[in-house]
Amino acid sequence: MHVNEQDLATNSELIAFRLGEQEFCVDIMSVRDIRGWTPTTPLPHSSDYVKGVINLRGAVLPVVDLSARLGFSSTEPTARHVIIITQVGAQTIGLLVDAVSDILTISKASIQATPNVASELARSFTKGLIAIEGRMISLIALDNILASADETSAAIH
Amino acid sequence: MDTMAAIKQTFFQECEEQLAELESGLLTIEREEGDAETINAVFRAVHSIKGGAGAFGLDELVRFAHTFETTLDGMRSGKVETAPQIVRLMLRAADTLADLVRVSRDGGTVDAARVSQIGDELAQAGGAQPAPAAPVFEPIAMSGDQQTDDFGFAPVMISFDDLVGGTQADGGQNGFAISFKPKPELYAKANDAIRLLRELRRMGEAKIRCDFSEIPLLSELDPEGAYLSWHVRLSTSGGDAAVREVFEFVEFDCDLSIEAQGLGGTDASLAVEALLVEAGIKESAPAPAEIPALAPVPRQTSATPPQLAAVAPPTASQGAPAQGAQQPSATIRVDLDRVDRLIDLVGELVINQSMLAQRVMEAGIARLSDVAVGLDDLEHLTREIQDSVMAIRAQPVRPIFQRMSRVVREVADMTGKSVRLITDGENCEVDKTVIERLADPLTHMIRNAVDHGLEKPDDRVKAGKPEQGVVRMTAAHRSGRVVIEVADDGAGINRARVRDIAVRKELIDADAQLSDAEIDDLIFAPGFSTASTISDVSGRGVGMDVVRRSIQALGGRITISSRPGQGTTFTLSLPLTLAVLDGMVVTVAGQTLVVPLTAIVETLQPKAADIHSLGEKARVVAIRGSFIPLIDIGSELGYRDSEADPLQSVAVLVETENQSQSALLVDGIIGQQQVVIKSLETNYGQVFGVAAATILGDGRVAVILDIDAVVAGTGRDHANRKRNAA
Repeated sequence: MHVNEQDLATNSELIAFRLGEQEFCVDIMSVRDIRGWTPTTPLPHSSDYVKGVINLRGAVLPVVDLSARLGFSSTEPTARHVIIITQVGAQTIGLLVDAVSDILTISKASIQATPNVASELARSFTKGLIAIEGRMISLIALDNILASADETSAAIH
Repeated sequence: MDTMAAIKQTFFQECEEQLAELESGLLTIEREEGDAETINAVFRAVHSIKGGAGAFGLDELVRFAHTFETTLDGMRSGKVETAPQIVRLMLRAADTLADLVRVSRDGGTVDAARVSQIGDELAQAGGAQPAPAAPVFEPIAMSGDQQTDDFGFAPVMISFDDLVGGTQADGGQNGFAISFKPKPELYAKANDAIRLLRELRRMGEAKIRCDFSEIPLLSELDPEGAYLSWHVRLSTSGGDAAVREVFEFVEFDCDLSIEAQGLGGTDASLAVEALLVEAGIKESAPAPAEIPALAPVPRQTSATPPQLAAVAPPTASQGAPAQGAQQPSATIRVDLDRVDRLIDLVGELVINQSMLAQRVMEAGIARLSDVAVGLDDLEHLTREIQDSVMAIRAQPVRPIFQRMSRVVREVADMTGKSVRLITDGENCEVDKTVIERLADPLTHMIRNAVDHGLEKPDDRVKAGKPEQGVVRMTAAHRSGRVVIEVADDGAGINRARVRDIAVRKELIDADAQLSDAEIDDLIFAPGFSTASTISDVSGRGVGMDVVRRSIQALGGRITISSRPGQGTTFTLSLPLTLAVLDGMVVTVAGQTLVVPLTAIVETLQPKAADIHSLGEKARVVAIRGSFIPLIDIGSELGYRDSEADPLQSVAVLVETENQSQSALLVDGIIGQQQVVIKSLETNYGQVFGVAAATILGDGRVAVILDIDAVVAGTGRDHANRKRNAA
């Protein structure tokens, strides 16, 4: 991945969360809210990783089961699950995760490239890896987390 | 945004309004319903655009507007006839002016040749026209600097000034004593005395004296007051009207007296009388009858004013009728974002109110308790607030109708047809977004009506119709929706040909039995285009299917009806707003859905005897003798795998936009309520079968069904199956 010198020097804050046994994180700047699981309204003909839509202060936004999106097993949400509301481009999207674990401050230089071992799907959503206190945390790229509507409908029809 | 850009934006907004004013004025003149005031209004519109454009250095725009204005000025003074061909030229000029404005705003290019051609034609019309409308004036008008005035700025009126100019044409110079005292309003409207004075100085030799005498002590000084006045002695080749024009935009915001001098014995009363005469001529047709008496003896006019005043009552203030015609109703410009924010908030309020009501009911509070009664009042109030807020966004369809008259003109020119556009119901109000998104489909429909709908003039004559075709566009409110009709009096749809094309393009089977309505409906099929060659006009790679889709995207429907030899009518039915919707709340497979109420015909409990299987999977239900397809919403939307048992369900009979009926199976009906439409597309995307989402009283999201898509979807599935089987 390309990181320029200036970026390397700056620190970034990340929100870390768990999916099963693995830890992931997203840039804190893209996080708008963190809330407990609320039942979603399923959308017809949606991909299996789209849990449905919820009402967040009057806006209707989709909730993506991140585990299913990354190609892991799909989540059976309970009251203990958490929805991280993120801003992806112009869209607001909720990410269903098991639990939020940490807020990290790291220098961008400490982000390592993703090795070639992960699955194609998981790798396409991973910007890099962060090693911290013996843990490995994957930095998630949110850009394509919700396939564009065209893709979705193309997949259906 | 910097200040200049903001001002410029305001200018362009105002341009839009002026252009609309211009066009509607010209159309009124074309219908021969116009009076002097209409011409004035038209003139003012062009003049304002010119003025603003000048301030921003938009030279091309200024140049064209000037030529235009000069010709209009001729019309205003009666030198240019309001003949049909002249008005048509002016309409084309108005279109060109609109193009120039658009280019100035958005960049791009205009057809320079066209601009200059129309400019030339305008100049010609302004100059070459004799003055048959005002023969009385002719002998007088000829006497002075009439010839040069034709293209010039000066003679707003040919009446008195030219007389004055004529009588002392020897020196070519007129003297004026101008006393000008701005009121605070003048400055408040961003006018500036210095600019007006500079303008005067440009006209000739001006001696300007500023009167400071009214400036109060600093302690008494109102920072927004106006205390200065000026006295100007001007020697100019222009006439009284030219001087007056300098003050045209400020005349109500200042005390102004303009006295002609150097006429020997002229006094202040003459100037006032000149004004009266001018106004009399301008405002009322009978006035010219008074002029001959006045003309030879301009210096003795002191006797005439009473008479004139009697003839022309509005003389008291020259500007008053002008203002009346403009009807500047008290309006404010508000950023659309603010309005939308307000609408969003009110939407929240409605949802919250219904949540509260639901909670109160759940808490088991009696229907007649104070709390419940208070809640009822709140609901009432909330509705009212919502309606009022929606009304802010509502706008008359007039601008878009006006835009269509241009489309008609252009297409008529291109196809060599003579077309009259009749519009009705321009004041019908619809949500701004609906109006904006209506422009493209309407343009296309109008193009089609002129290009395909109307016959060529020869054919029309052969068919015993008047050579000029008529396209009628009407808007009306009908049961909570706005209905727009575009009708032509052409030959109607050639059904045999439509059928042939559809068969050739494999849209239907060659042996398909279709009703007339079904054949007409084929023109909405994707990939269908009746024109054998792609014409310049209609064929832009899109067909009526695109029109239908864009109308549907607005929550509207489009239908067609055609009678051979009598014409075709397209009917658009659109929601008044895209913000709320009356819906029936139903449950399907544990989900809550909203069915738009406008689509619902009735609800019923199907009986076993009425349900029949048709083919492999399809089922129909017999309702009053007709068989109506039964659609299980739950399996259609993928909420359940197995088809619902019709006997355990409620059938909602719906009608799609092409008037076909279907029965939707739902598990139960919760009730009827107005819901706030929330976009799914903002954060997600379009979902097949779903028009939008809403938030129910319990705070959960419910999807609003897209009836037409659901019904069409099943139809397509069946068609696909058929094709696959074949």
